[in-house]
Amino acid sequence: MKGLKGSHFQQYLRATIFFMVVCGLLYPLSVTALSGILFPFQAGGSLVRDRAGQTVGSRIIAQGFETPRYFHPRPSAALTPDGSGPQPYDGAFSSPSNLGPSNPAFIKAVTEAARAYRKENRLPALAPVPVDAVTASGSGLDPDISLANALLQAPRVATARHLNPEMVRTLIEKTRVGPQFGLLGPPRVNVLELNLALDALTPGR
Amino acid sequence: MLANDWLQILVSLGLVLLLAPLVGRYLAWVYQSPSLGLERGITRLLGVDPDRELTWKEYGTVLLLSNAFFFAAGFLVLWGQALMPENPRHLPPLSPEVAFNTAASFVTNTNWQAYAGEAQLSNLSQMLAITFLMFAGANTGMAALVAIIRGFTRTGLSTLGNFWSDFIRFFLRAFLPACFLLALVHVWQGTPQTLRSTVSAKTLEGPSQTLVVGPVASLETVKNLGTNGGGFYNANGAHPYENPTPLTNTLEFLEMGLFTFSLPFFFGRMTGRPRQGLALFVVILVLYGTGLGVVEYSEKMPNPLLAPAALSQKATALQDGGNMEGKETRLGITQTSLFSNTSLAATTGAVDAAMDSMNPLAVLVYLVHMFLNEEPGGKGVGFAGLLKEALLAVFLAGLMVGRTPEFLGKKIESREIKLAALSLLVTPLLVLCLTALSLLLPSGKSSIDNPGPHGFMEVLYAFASGNANNGSAMAGLNVSTPYYAILIGLEMLLGRYLPLLPLLALAGSLARKKRLPETAGTFRTDTPIFVVLLLGFMGLVAALTFFPPLILGPLLEHLSLLHGISF
Repeated sequence: MKGLKGSHFQQYLRATIFFMVVCGLLYPLSVTALSGILFPFQAGGSLVRDRAGQTVGSRIIAQGFETPRYFHPRPSAALTPDGSGPQPYDGAFSSPSNLGPSNPAFIKAVTEAARAYRKENRLPALAPVPVDAVTASGSGLDPDISLANALLQAPRVATARHLNPEMVRTLIEKTRVGPQFGLLGPPRVNVLELNLALDALTPGR
Repeated sequence: MLANDWLQILVSLGLVLLLAPLVGRYLAWVYQSPSLGLERGITRLLGVDPDRELTWKEYGTVLLLSNAFFFAAGFLVLWGQALMPENPRHLPPLSPEVAFNTAASFVTNTNWQAYAGEAQLSNLSQMLAITFLMFAGANTGMAALVAIIRGFTRTGLSTLGNFWSDFIRFFLRAFLPACFLLALVHVWQGTPQTLRSTVSAKTLEGPSQTLVVGPVASLETVKNLGTNGGGFYNANGAHPYENPTPLTNTLEFLEMGLFTFSLPFFFGRMTGRPRQGLALFVVILVLYGTGLGVVEYSEKMPNPLLAPAALSQKATALQDGGNMEGKETRLGITQTSLFSNTSLAATTGAVDAAMDSMNPLAVLVYLVHMFLNEEPGGKGVGFAGLLKEALLAVFLAGLMVGRTPEFLGKKIESREIKLAALSLLVTPLLVLCLTALSLLLPSGKSSIDNPGPHGFMEVLYAFASGNANNGSAMAGLNVSTPYYAILIGLEMLLGRYLPLLPLLALAGSLARKKRLPETAGTFRTDTPIFVVLLLGFMGLVAALTFFPPLILGPLLEHLSLLHGISF
């Protein structure tokens, strides 16, 4: 075959090297350089620092909150760094539950999460629970919750912080975002931002 | 549905309708104008004469050998990850079978992922193997389509063009600039782009959290514009870094459609028959739109099995509701439906939600998209598949009225029909046989995650995805086992090149033919009647081939859900 002889053969080697360098090095490196100049905050991962300069997380990645004084994110099915078992809100291994809608394990997980949610927030039995509060997100790192979910958690957070529930609700209203440009995506609340705003209101633990 | 859902869908479809003809026209200019000095320079740098025209056999040989080299280079980077620099986390190499699967996956434009990006690949591997192969695979598909289209535009010639020149033109004038500019928009919205690989954070409640960052945005745009689909992160487009806002989500599915939806218009201009392009665009739009409607309906539907949990699953002003398992709050149902339907129709395979947790009717749509694989299909080859269906539909019409079939003035004879049918048979052969085989073998069954028809769908979906070079997965199925890694790796290669070579041969044979003058008796292929005929033909073939597995999987699960039966 002609394509395999001598100089004809070299074209493949040269093309592989050429495109590997252009697509695999020059292109990503030049995007990196330019983004670092134009959008340094976002390019670095939207990191949030406290007053001491310590990184407390990323604005757009969920972190675990369990105590009653903080708003809680959606359930997470993220895995340990080696992928061997569950580790909620692990920023090094994003994963959904992958449970199907007719899987009894899924029905059980959601029913139990709904029971726990009602207990935690002192809701009457069979009070409707927002679906996002008891289903695992696609990444295990969903930073947002629905407004319905946030409003149901507000009384618990207010009690734990000895705040007027109305103040907490105002805070939710202040931090809510979306739809983007009034059009894209549902309205929602970023849990980390809301919790940081709470901490700013009542400093100290 | 809320009014806002309708508005989002209308605006998105409007943008597709607006952009597709413009981009189609631009791409036609890319291939019809004289080549630029830079393009000729690069072709010469490779040691290739840019003016040398290749026959279909030579074109096919260069295509296959170039891809073999790209594949080998990608494999070596992944398999030798531990020896490469820029690996501060000391990640071990991928196992040989997963490295094989991954290199095959990315060179064939599939982007099936038997690995978890952020946990297993260094930044250098993400750039040098993954990003590189994403460009190479998509460019190859586009070059193949241009060669196939020349079969229709040329008369009395035995050549189809020069592979490298076709490859480089699209890369320099469309693909690379679009990826570069859009990557900056993604960074602006929050996608990381850095050479650091991890950040350690001390969370508000105390425990530390490790965040994985890297050159994500530059990978993201080529992932979508090249209809590749493989994510930087395991959760793909559901990951807030990979897809931080509803705007990036909208951009992503528009990027997937940017080149693919423009191909009918590109074809119309290349052949000088814009009406023909429009007719094929309508076929694509009908199938795409139907799919979108069903997915949106399916995912808005409350799950009857969850009734005892007393959830509020309805959309209100305070929540999006619907099937939120595996979905992200910022995207909600409508953005997810738009993304998933486009990704499956355009053979991207990117996901912004867990496919395995979707309701069965949505999965049904995804499976049909992968079986058809041409509405609009992946970069280049998807549209080539639609041309093949058009030839077969014309042949069918010819049989009905007793005339020799013609398409665009070219006589369609037994050689062309044999080649088109050969190409058509690859999908059912691979998908159905491999699914059946895996359900018989213990190593196939042990990877299944969900019980009942849903588990069956996981296996069917995997092989449909591998063959269609789609790459999305119902990810509960454990595919990093040697059995699935090797089998799906081979399937992706066969599913890519087996249907493609007969189409190149077909183009080679068409290019030699004379163009017949149009007469009153010519069967017009740019009319509404032809659109209906083509849709009917595609529906018939798909139904005859795939109805049984669709009943056993999604339809069975759907009916079970409605009757409150779990497995």
